[in-house]
Order: sequence, then structure tokens, then C-alpha cells
Amino acid sequence: MSAKERNWWIVAGIVIVLYALFPIAWIVSLSFKAPADVANGQFLPSVFTWENYSQILTGDAAALFLPALRNSFGICLIATFLACILSMFAAYAIARLDFRGKKLILSTALAVAIFPVISIVTPLFNLWRLIGLYDTWPGLIIPYLSLTLPLSIWTMSAFFREIPWEMEQAAQVDGATSWQAFRKVIVPLAAPGVFTTAILAFFLAWNDFVYGISLTSTSAARPVPAALGLFSGASQFEDPTGATAAAAVVVTIPVIILVLIFQRRIVSGLTNGAVKG
Amino acid sequence: MTTTVPAATTTPAHRAPSGGATDRAKAEQKLGWYLAGPAFVVMLLVTAYPIGQAVYQSLFAYRLTDPENRRFVGLSNYGVVLSDAIWWQSIATTVLITVVTVAVELVLGFLLALVMANALKSIRPVVRAAILLPYAIITVVSAFAWQFAFDLNSGFVNSWFSWIPGISADTDWFGDFGSSILVICLAEIWKTTPFISLLLLAGLAQVPDVLQEAAKVDGATWWQRMFKVTIPNMKAAIMVALLFRTLDAFRVFDSIFVMTAGANGTESVSFLAYRQTIARLEVGLGSAVSVLLFIAVVVIAFGFIKGFKVDLSQARGEK
Repeated sequence: MSAKERNWWIVAGIVIVLYALFPIAWIVSLSFKAPADVANGQFLPSVFTWENYSQILTGDAAALFLPALRNSFGICLIATFLACILSMFAAYAIARLDFRGKKLILSTALAVAIFPVISIVTPLFNLWRLIGLYDTWPGLIIPYLSLTLPLSIWTMSAFFREIPWEMEQAAQVDGATSWQAFRKVIVPLAAPGVFTTAILAFFLAWNDFVYGISLTSTSAARPVPAALGLFSGASQFEDPTGATAAAAVVVTIPVIILVLIFQRRIVSGLTNGAVKG
Repeated sequence: MTTTVPAATTTPAHRAPSGGATDRAKAEQKLGWYLAGPAFVVMLLVTAYPIGQAVYQSLFAYRLTDPENRRFVGLSNYGVVLSDAIWWQSIATTVLITVVTVAVELVLGFLLALVMANALKSIRPVVRAAILLPYAIITVVSAFAWQFAFDLNSGFVNSWFSWIPGISADTDWFGDFGSSILVICLAEIWKTTPFISLLLLAGLAQVPDVLQEAAKVDGATWWQRMFKVTIPNMKAAIMVALLFRTLDAFRVFDSIFVMTAGANGTESVSFLAYRQTIARLEVGLGSAVSVLLFIAVVVIAFGFIKGFKVDLSQARGEK
């Protein structure tokens, strides 16, 4: 590659980084603008202020935001955990056993993954009100499984297919008990796949909006995206823009941390499940 | 590429005489369903059951605030929906957003994939981390970022781009159909292009280097190699990316809810279904819209799989 060509690729790389970061930088900048400063027409605030953050974390809007944050973490972690447990067994069977119905399970997972969420929410809205699951944690955890489970089954079976399972027998030949062989050989090989799947599933659940606004009505179960979408300011006289931006930044922080630490895994998980030659 | 491993442990099953499975094969069959069954059942419960319920509810005239007057009306809800201009408007909006975003994303995503494939080792992790951020960010947050940027009150776009004819300090981007759709599409494109580009990057990696070298030796230009060697060899990856993104775009909801709440004809089909059921409590009509949306998604998926011969076994990582 010539020096000139290399410079072009570097410039292109920088353009991509700017493309990806610009809207994020904007919402961060906006979150530091005082209410009177929001309409300054500029990208950056005239004066940096923590006002919006103190409003959502300790001030008037904290009663709306903090429960939503707790709901989001709780509901998404539980939904992710359940999906991972269920799909661990399913993916093991799909990768290792020969049984009729393997294709059916994978096709069902695909069909569920492309399902329009809104078609599920309409009947659930009705049913949940009838049986008392409306506006509760289980009332969101159950439908979240329709988001996290298909992806988990797909991604994990793709990972499990690449595990050299014959190493388990090799360990047993070398004198390990079957439990030792499983724990010392298979678990370390399978753990990265399970972990990556969990991150992707968590992203999906964390991103949900439709279930959140449709199946909750109070801060008892309402997750952050829904709270953000319906947020109209601590009082009707206050412009909620700055506070919304601050809340948006707070919920983005966990995502950014996960991306920065696990980027390589996330990419392999995303592409493994979807495209494979 | 990974099928040899499971096959090694299951050879006895394959050798089973035709006519009756061996005990071992039977046991394996059973174990397979014991392990995979729970996940399968849960998937069916959380989707097949609700959609069945939606089909049933769509046959009734039923308003949640007026349960006394719930009565069976057959298919007439579908008649009401399909003969209403609002439905066709929402279909047109949804198709417009889908076509525009998917087309732009495919080209842009391919460019991003090319840059990532060619970027130097030293900057590759930076580019990769940056590109994952839009993918991982909550759609609602992305929608807010774009809305606030263009907003009449809080935005900076009007003052930055006032040199462009037609844009001034009081350009109201969310005041009419065209500019609202433009901003919605921009937000969607920003957020979902990374996903397409990662799938295409994986596809690029599968194009055999030998083919590239051979074409180079034969004197093919960069463009010729791109269109005669690279793209034809990654057709499967392109098709899978297209299928997933098209279905995803067709369900667009979050951005529209945040940015326009469906004003000025920007209502998508998902939004229409939401508004009928959750906001207006017209369960019968809303269910009919939901079922129609579901049918549309199935038709698109089948169209892709049959029409373009998208090989999903490849997508599943089988063989």
C-alpha cells in the first residue's frame, strides 16, 4: 500500500469516527446547557452547568428518573439472564445432538426475531390488564423474552458449533472425570460465547420502547426509554430539553462502557449469528 | 465449516438401519427436545399465543371503555381498516422510510465496511468501537439527539446551515411531511448503518484472496474487481443484511413517536396500531392493524427468501 493510499484510509477512518460520535457529542453538550441557554442556537453551551444532572438525580425529576433506571436495570438483567439459561441448553442440543426439529427451532427463532413487536403488544395489553401483570416487572420480563431469546439461541448455537467438543473426550482419556472434563475444558471454551450473547441480548432489552410505553403506566415498572419518551418536564412551565438530554446521557453510559470493553466480542457475536460461510 | 464436529459424536445415529431408529438415536432425539424444548415453548408462548389472540380480537367490534357492546363482526374490521385513507397513508410512509433508509444504508454500510477492511491495524479498534456506538445506543436517545439538533428552539442546525438557500433561523423541520421524514430517515440511517456494515464486513472477509489476485494479474482495474469479483462473491451476505434491515425498518416506531408523534402524515403502520389500541383503546380495530402488519412482514420475508433466494441456512451458520 502506498503512503498516499494509506493516508486516504486514515482520513476515511477519521470521518467514520466523527460520523459515529457527532450526535453523541451533541446530546452530551446539550445536557450541560442551562434551561435559558438551550435556545442559544450553538452546538456548545455558553456556560457549562451540572444543573440538568442534579435535576434528574436529586432534584424534581429524580422521582421520575431514578425508579425508571432501577426498573430498566432489574428487568433487562433478569430477562437477559433467563434468555441465556434457556438458550444455553437449546444451543447445546442444536450444536451437539442429532435430533429432528433442530431446523424447526432455528426457523422459529428467526420468525420470532422478525416479528413486529407491536403485533404482540396489542393482545398483551388486554391480557395483562385481565390477569394483573399490567405495570409489573414480570409483565415486562415475559415479553422481553421475545426479544432476547431468539437472538440468544442463534448467537449461542453459532458459538457452540465452533467449540472443539472432542477435547472433552480427550480429557477423559487422559484421566479426567466427566465432571472435571466439563468444568475444566468445556466451560472455559463456552463461556465467551455465553457472555457475548448476554451482552447482545442486554442491548436489545435495554433498547425496548414499545413494550415499555404500552404495558406500564406508573414508575412501578416503567423503564428508562419509555420514561424518556413520555417525559414532559418536572413542571409544565419548565423546558424539559436539558433534563431529557442529561437522562439520555446517563442511560447511554452503561452502553458505552460495554462497547469499549467488549467491542471485539460484540462484533464477532453480531456477525457469527448472522453471516457464516 | 463447523459441521464435522457434531457429526463425529453422532455417527452411530447416522448408521441406524432404515425403518427403525436405534435406542441411542432415540435417546438422543429425546435429550435434544428435553434441552431445547423449554426455549422453544417459551418462544411460542410469547409470540404465537399473542398473535393468535390478536387474530381472534380482530373479529370483534370491541372498545375497552365500552366492553358491554363487544360483538362479533367477522372480517368487517379489516374492511374498515383497508378502506381507510389513514391506513394507506401509513403504509406509504412506512414503505418510503424503509426504501430510503435501506438503500442509503446499503451503500453507506458498504463504504464503511471497505474502510474497516482496509484501515491500518493501529486505528482499526478505534473505528470499530466508534461504529458500535450508534448500534448500541437506545433508539429513543438517538431520536432525541436528532430531534433536538433540528428543533426550532434547541437546535443548532438552522444557525449552522443558514447559508444554504431555504434554511433560515425559523425553518421548522417538523412542520411538514418532507422535512420531517428527512430527519427521521437521517436518525434511522445513523443508528442502523453500523449493523449493515458489520454484516458486510464479515461478507467481505469471505471473498477469496486468490480471486482478487487472479483478477489483478489479469489487469482488472479496482472498479472491475469490485463489481466483477468482490460484490458477486458476497451476494449472500448482502442479501441477509438487506432482509434483516428491511424487516427492521418496516417496524419503525420509536423515532416517529419521539420526533413527530405521527404528525403531518408521518405515522407508520406500527404507530397506527399503537394509537388505535393503546391510545384510543379500540382493541378490535387495533388488532386488525396488528394482524395486517404481521402479514406484511411475513410477505416481505417470503418475498426475499423465494424471490432473491436468500439462503437462510447460510445465515444460520449451517454448512
